[in-house]
Amino acid sequence: MSENQTPARDASSPVPTPAAGTRLDPWLGAYADRTHGMRASEIRALFAVANRPEVVSLAGGMPYLEGLPLDALAETARELIAQRGTVAMQYGSGQGDERLREQILEVMRLEGIDAHPDDVVVTTGSQQALDLVTRLFINPGDVVLAEAPSYVGALGVFRAYQAEVHHAPLDEHGLVPEALEEALARLVGEGKRVKFLYTVPNFHNPAGVTLSLERRPRVLEIAQRYGVLVLEDNPYGLLGFEGDPLPALRSFDDDGVIYLGSFSKTFAPGYRVGWAVASHAVREKLVIASESAILCPSNASQLAISSYLATHDWKGQVKAYRELYRERRDAMVSSLAEHLPDASWTVPDGGFYTWVKLPEGLDAQAMLPRAVTARVAYVPGTAFYADGSGADHMRLSFCYPTPERIREGVRRLAGVVSAEHELVEIFGTAPAPEGRVIDSPGPDLA
Amino acid sequence: MNRPSVLVLAGGLSHERDVSLRSGRRVAEALRSSGIEVTVHDVDDDLLPALAQMRPSIVWPLLHGATGEDGSVRDILELVGQPYIGADPRASRISWSKPIAKTVVGRAGISSPRFVTLPQSLFRELGAARVLESIVQNLGLPLVVKPSRGGSALGVSVVHEAAALPRAMVDAYAYGETAIIEQAVFGTEVAMSVVDTGDGPFVLPAVEIVPREGPYDYDARYFPGRVEYFAPARLDAATASRVADAALTAHTSLGLRHLSRSDFIIDASGEPQFLDINTAPGMTETSLLPQAAEAGGFELGELYRAIVDAALREG
Repeated sequence: MSENQTPARDASSPVPTPAAGTRLDPWLGAYADRTHGMRASEIRALFAVANRPEVVSLAGGMPYLEGLPLDALAETARELIAQRGTVAMQYGSGQGDERLREQILEVMRLEGIDAHPDDVVVTTGSQQALDLVTRLFINPGDVVLAEAPSYVGALGVFRAYQAEVHHAPLDEHGLVPEALEEALARLVGEGKRVKFLYTVPNFHNPAGVTLSLERRPRVLEIAQRYGVLVLEDNPYGLLGFEGDPLPALRSFDDDGVIYLGSFSKTFAPGYRVGWAVASHAVREKLVIASESAILCPSNASQLAISSYLATHDWKGQVKAYRELYRERRDAMVSSLAEHLPDASWTVPDGGFYTWVKLPEGLDAQAMLPRAVTARVAYVPGTAFYADGSGADHMRLSFCYPTPERIREGVRRLAGVVSAEHELVEIFGTAPAPEGRVIDSPGPDLA
Repeated sequence: MNRPSVLVLAGGLSHERDVSLRSGRRVAEALRSSGIEVTVHDVDDDLLPALAQMRPSIVWPLLHGATGEDGSVRDILELVGQPYIGADPRASRISWSKPIAKTVVGRAGISSPRFVTLPQSLFRELGAARVLESIVQNLGLPLVVKPSRGGSALGVSVVHEAAALPRAMVDAYAYGETAIIEQAVFGTEVAMSVVDTGDGPFVLPAVEIVPREGPYDYDARYFPGRVEYFAPARLDAATASRVADAALTAHTSLGLRHLSRSDFIIDASGEPQFLDINTAPGMTETSLLPQAAEAGGFELGELYRAIVDAALREG
């Protein structure tokens, strides 16, 4: 080993230098085991192009913020700093602002959740709540059962805590209870320790499907029987296009469900405010874990959202979003029918995403460079599986582009699919390389 | 001379946009530290008005892939009379195509692995199975399959058995219509950087690339840790001199200016085998030319400034 491979240190220092560094990363030998799984995939690089205006991005999960009353929000923000600046810019409670926690209860009541402000922990986006829950429950090697497919950002958290992720299948009515039971029986039979079931019951990311009302108590009953906690992640629940929201899983079971909510999709992600609702014993630990991670969530963000909820017609805003996204969903679905008749897709009743199954033999991840060349972007299905499967699917988002751009994007995509199809006809179908795992493709794409 | 101003071109719409942005930021930072006024600009519809308004002393294109390296952006810079750093459009175009560059460099006496360049359409016309069979018969295994244009190892596969060849072709064609299939050569992989600060091109120390695990792919290139680099490379004096001469020959035979980076594998017999050449080499934290410069005792800001000054003197 050459002399410049390990960090220089004072010869008198009693601390041994970690071995096996390299010239570009002298600390290579010092990282935790979990760090070695991190990768800079080419997929991440391809997404760098997705935000250029020439590219129609059907990849991002960004809400359409142009739909917000920005002038009025600017005034609210100005007043907040002018009148309550010393509070807004100070440290706050580790559990989160009490007034906001009360307001969060009003939001959750729309989905049948009856809780107490003390049950709520405000977090930096629900992503942080995911991290905290995983930190509290997962030892390396513990099993998390997630839907197939599952939210890429959650899979990244589970991987970071060295969980072993297994998948249980979805159909058009959400998680399949019989398949859930089968998976749990198998895992328990193998002597695995299944710690929780992670589920996005409403307008699933990426699958677009919703867990039916009839299945909700069945899923909970199975989880209870196997002694498995349910982690209900519900950022999209209020963004349904038809009828009233379905009751949350949490509304059926206070003790067996940890509920995660967020303002990122129903309002705006920039404030980074989400929350967790948990029973007393879990919630106490969540607060302590959160304080050790971030001390407290941003007071400025919390107070801004609290003012928004108090002074704006937020329910009207959610309704406006629903109408906007429904129109975009319609544009997406009709464009798919027109341009990609050989594919199949879910027709979501809300949320941001449709899940497209490609014609036989196509690989969405392998096809992505061609799509980028054609100026259209999507997230390959492989991102949503812990084991790199899902290559025959892609997630298309309809939240951000206008209906015209959606139609143009799908038209371009059809050209890409057709070119890829020709390639597969020439070379035949070949199994995808194993072990393709996509780390989180970036905040605006998750 | 007035304080020179440099417009660094970075980004673009290629598959290597992310790498280009990182290269641009690093070069801008280094140039600023040497007292040069630097603006970083993307390739977009604001570029030409910005050039007209700012009238930078010189443009430094740090675009990787597509229009950044195929000469077309440089064509536009020529058209508007804007001086720039690096190869002219014609030399860029030749270098950008791996098979053409290999042929030109080969004519200058530099060895290169045997290869064949095939457009996708040919497989349809002749039948994929027959063509692939013929390739394996004539070039043997293992093979390296790559897009005929592009960098950062995007779309590149090493194929050890014939059954894996179709998939490798599909992955390469995802990046372009033409692919190159080359005999895999094993040995010491080195990157050779050539720069010209006004007294003619000279070669920086070789950088040796040793993947610790897996291939030297995109992740290995840009995520520190998976590759061990030795700068200078662990070569005996004769081999080091031989590969340095080969790099200089490649640079000059292709008619390149100011800087280039060529990649070689030194085979078992000690012969440098030319793989490809970059007219806008990566300049990121983990890139090879900056490592070579540091191994050569250059402070990056000073070296980049010397390249700018030399280019300005050329007018």
